[in-house]
Formats: sequence, structure tokens, C-alpha cells
Amino acid sequence: MELLYGIFVDPFVQMWEFPDLLVQVLWEGFVSGTLYALIALGFVLIFKASGVFNFAQGIMVVFGALSLVGLYAFGVPAYLALILSIAIMGVLAYSVERVVLRPLVNQEPIILFMATIGLNYFLIGLGEMIFGGEPKTMITEELGLPKGAWDFEMLGGFVSIQRIDAAAAIIAGILVGGLAIFFNKTRIGRALRAVADDHQAALSVGISLNQIWRIVWFAAGIVALATGIMWGARSDVSFALSIVALKALPVLILGGFTSIPGAIIGGLIIGFSEKLAEFYWGPLVGGSIESWFPYFLALIFLWFRPQGLFGEKIIDRV
Amino acid sequence: MSAAEAVEANGAQEKILNIENVSLSFGGVKAIRDVSFDVMKGEIRAIIGPNGAGKTSMLNVINGFYHPQEGSITYKGETRQDMRPYIAASQGIARTFQNVALFRGMSTLDNIMTGRSLKMNSNLFWHLWRWGPAENEELDHREFVEHIIGFLEIEAIRKTPVGRLPYGLQKRVELGRALAMEPDLLLLDEPMAGMNLEEKEDMSRFVLDVSAQFGTTIALIEHDMGVVMDLSDRVVVLDYGQKIADGTPDEVRKDQNVIDAYLGETH
Repeated sequence: MELLYGIFVDPFVQMWEFPDLLVQVLWEGFVSGTLYALIALGFVLIFKASGVFNFAQGIMVVFGALSLVGLYAFGVPAYLALILSIAIMGVLAYSVERVVLRPLVNQEPIILFMATIGLNYFLIGLGEMIFGGEPKTMITEELGLPKGAWDFEMLGGFVSIQRIDAAAAIIAGILVGGLAIFFNKTRIGRALRAVADDHQAALSVGISLNQIWRIVWFAAGIVALATGIMWGARSDVSFALSIVALKALPVLILGGFTSIPGAIIGGLIIGFSEKLAEFYWGPLVGGSIESWFPYFLALIFLWFRPQGLFGEKIIDRV
Repeated sequence: MSAAEAVEANGAQEKILNIENVSLSFGGVKAIRDVSFDVMKGEIRAIIGPNGAGKTSMLNVINGFYHPQEGSITYKGETRQDMRPYIAASQGIARTFQNVALFRGMSTLDNIMTGRSLKMNSNLFWHLWRWGPAENEELDHREFVEHIIGFLEIEAIRKTPVGRLPYGLQKRVELGRALAMEPDLLLLDEPMAGMNLEEKEDMSRFVLDVSAQFGTTIALIEHDMGVVMDLSDRVVVLDYGQKIADGTPDEVRKDQNVIDAYLGETH
């Protein structure tokens, strides 16, 4: 009886009685949600264009952040390091297309998936070799990102908003919106959707698969770099960061592997629900449910809509 | 001689495409054996033959999806051992597919717009922002596509996602996408397959109009013998990957090899 009360009544009583805490939790869920949406977008773009679940997306997050911090440590000014890191992601996209995707064109998706696992370990090794394996601090201040917090007095309490979180949400929002517009409204976007629907037909009208792959991997690289900066600023820049990218999995299951709006909405749902679950229901089982709750949610979701909220068809890959 | 006359009557003597001694095999399966034929500028050329004769493989060789082990392809005076899809598309070869290959999630308009991909030259930078040259360019191409939509009489389904359209209309949209490329050589893989009589008549009319109005050279695969005989200037017949006849519809109809291999089979 007490357990049922704890699950079904008490959390809502708390939400009602302490609305300031609810707002705080929702805000944190929103920030996480926008970052998850950003990561998931990287997966969706690559999945749409090359039909492969990019296992290396997580390590691309780390690699982007490491390049930035590493270059700064080598004495490169912060903004130049940022530009160089973007260029590195471009080189990476170009190399992946040339060395991994092009030779494997027309292979089974599982083979491409294996190739991205290989890429994952290659990038771990390369990153450690160049920049070393120890955790580093993100150069938040040098990049002009804000620190400290705003405290708002509202709803009979305080809501505290970390400025870096606000910046993260805004930057993620701009990137997500920008990419969504780019891939929906431009010629390249049309070509991407064409490639996603039918490779042969796309080739027959003269769309270059190689060019689309490079653009998409570069976009995914930029997304990874942005995620690396934002997440790195909240913790450390270390190889553990790549775990964060795996949170994109439940997001993709919710949103559908091929849908850009799905990635955005799925990201927000996962962000909100994991923070709410952690804060209100976590104490019942001793806390720390944040790390597995999204996967649990995705599992339940799979029973009802295996193609995701916005997925067009049942995905037979991955 | 009559084949040459038919071509001359069309006002063209120039070979746009010449296939020479092409052989294609997949492992041990020989799909095409030592086939040669040509396509004259401006003509409607049919490729016929029983199932598995290698017709679609031939189209795939012409537009670069398949790379033959032997032989050569001369297109617009340039001889190659094999084509590449991108080169084929940029040199003016457009095609449709046997099983409609449209971008199912996109509207009719967007599908046909993809046919303009190679005609859009302005810098990617402008496309990022949809400013300046990119914006004007998009409008110009949109206008061209509207012409095609009018020509094919599909105004009413402009905004409909093609996945929802009936099969006959999908085939028409696919033709529209190929026409949007302003092709010099149009390859049609069974444009009338699975259509009812009325749809076949419409499609035949469009094929003839394309040829007459735009002067496009057309190579088509078709099973409906009535359609083939009415539409085409010259016919090449394949059987088990080999060429067994080549000539005007009348010549081919009387050819004993063709009767044995193709028409004979239906009895």
C-alpha cells in the first residue's frame, strides 16, 4: 500500500506542493533533452543517408572535444582551435567516406555497422595517441561561454539556472533548428531525402552519393563537436563522454531512426522523463535510475510502436 | 535498308549511342553475350525479348549501374569500356525503372525537382542560406518543373506524396523526373507494365509527344507487342542474352528467329 502510494500519489503531491522544484527539474530535463536531440540528430542524418547505425558517433563527440582542448593545450588560441576542430571533423568526414563507405558500397548494413565499430576503436586509439588519455577540463571560459548561475525567486521558492546550461540549450536549439531547415528546405536536403529513399533512383538523376555522405558525416561531426563542448563543460573531457552518446539510442527508438522531428521530440521526451523519474520516483528504489530509465522507457515503447513516433516503416536494420 | 530509311525520315543520321560486343556476366551467369546495336539520334528504339533475355541488364549497362566485362559503349562520340551513373546522368542519359523507383516520402513536385539536381549550379554556400543566386535558381527550376507537370497532366497531384498515388500515376511521375533532366537519351524500362488500357494509351501518347516535341532519343523496353510495334522506329530483339534480330517492327515481326524464340513461346 505504501509502495503504491509512493508511486502513484506522493510524487504528484510533491509536484503540487513544491512547484519551484518541479520547474527546476523540468528545466534540467529540457537542457538534457536538447543535447540528446542534438546527438540523436547526428545518428539520424547518417542513418538516412547511408543506412548505417553509426556506432562511432559517441567517440566522435569525444574526439571533437579532445581536439579542441588538445589544440588549446598545444598553445593554439581558443577560437582558432575551435575552427581547426571543425576542420578536423571535416577531414574525418572526408576520410570516412573515402576509406570506409566508398569501398563498402552495396554491402549489407551489418557490414557497415561493423566498420563503424572499427572506426570507433580507431578513433579511441588515435585520440589517446595524440592527446593522451587523461581527463581534461573544457576551455569553457576561453570560448566565451558563461559561468555561474541565475537564481530566480518564484513560486514560493528558488529556481537556479546554470548559465552554461542555458547556453547549451540555446546553441543546441540553434543547431538542431538549423540542421532541420537545411535538410528539409535546400537542394542538398532534397538530395539527402532522395538518397534515403532509393539509392539507384538517386544515382540515376545524377545525385552523387559520395558528396551526400561527406556532407552528412561532416554535419554529424559538427553536431558531435558541439555536444562534446557542452557536455564537456558540465563534466570533464574524457573517453567516458562517449557513453552519453548512447543515450541517443532510446531517443531514436522513441522518435524513429529516420525522422529529424522524431529526434527532436524524442530527445525532449527522454530528457524530461529521465529527470522527472530520477527526482520523484528515484528515491523509491534508492536513486540513480536516471542512467537506465530511458532504456526502460524505450523498451516499453517498443511494444507499442516499434517504428517510433515518426518512423515511416518498421526498420529491419541495426 | 528500310531501317535506315525510317531513321532518315526522322531527320537524323547520327548515332547517339553505339553498343559494341558487350558481354556481361554475374559469376557464372551470362546475362548478355556479345551484343551490338546502335541508337540513332531522335529515334524511338525498342529492346524486346522474353523474360530473362537481358533487357534490363542492357539498360543498366547503358546508364552505368552494371559494368560489362567485354565490349565498349560509345555515347555522343566518346567510347568507354563502361559507364558510371554520374557520368551518364551528367551527359544527358535519364531513365525510369521497371519497378517504379520514386522517392516515396516526397511529393510529386519534389520528386520531379530532384531531376534538376545536376542543373543547379550555384554554390553550396548560397544554398545554405537560400539567398541570392540560390533563390532565383530554385524559382527557375520550379518553373521548368511546372512545365513538365503541365505536359504530363499531373497538376492535381503536385503536392501529393507519391507513395499514395496509384501505380499508373507513379509511372508518370517517374517519367516526369526523367524529363526534368532534359535528357538527350531517355531509357524507359517497361513504361506500360501493369497498366490498364487507358493508362497505356496515355503513356504511349506521352512517349510520342516527348519524341516529337523535345526531339529526345528514346530507348524503351516493353512487353506489350502492340505498343512496341506502334511506337518504335526500330526494334532489337534479345533472347538468352544474345541478339537474335534487329530492324523495323515489320522486319522483326516476320523474322523466323523471333517467332521461334519470342512469339512462339506464348503459344
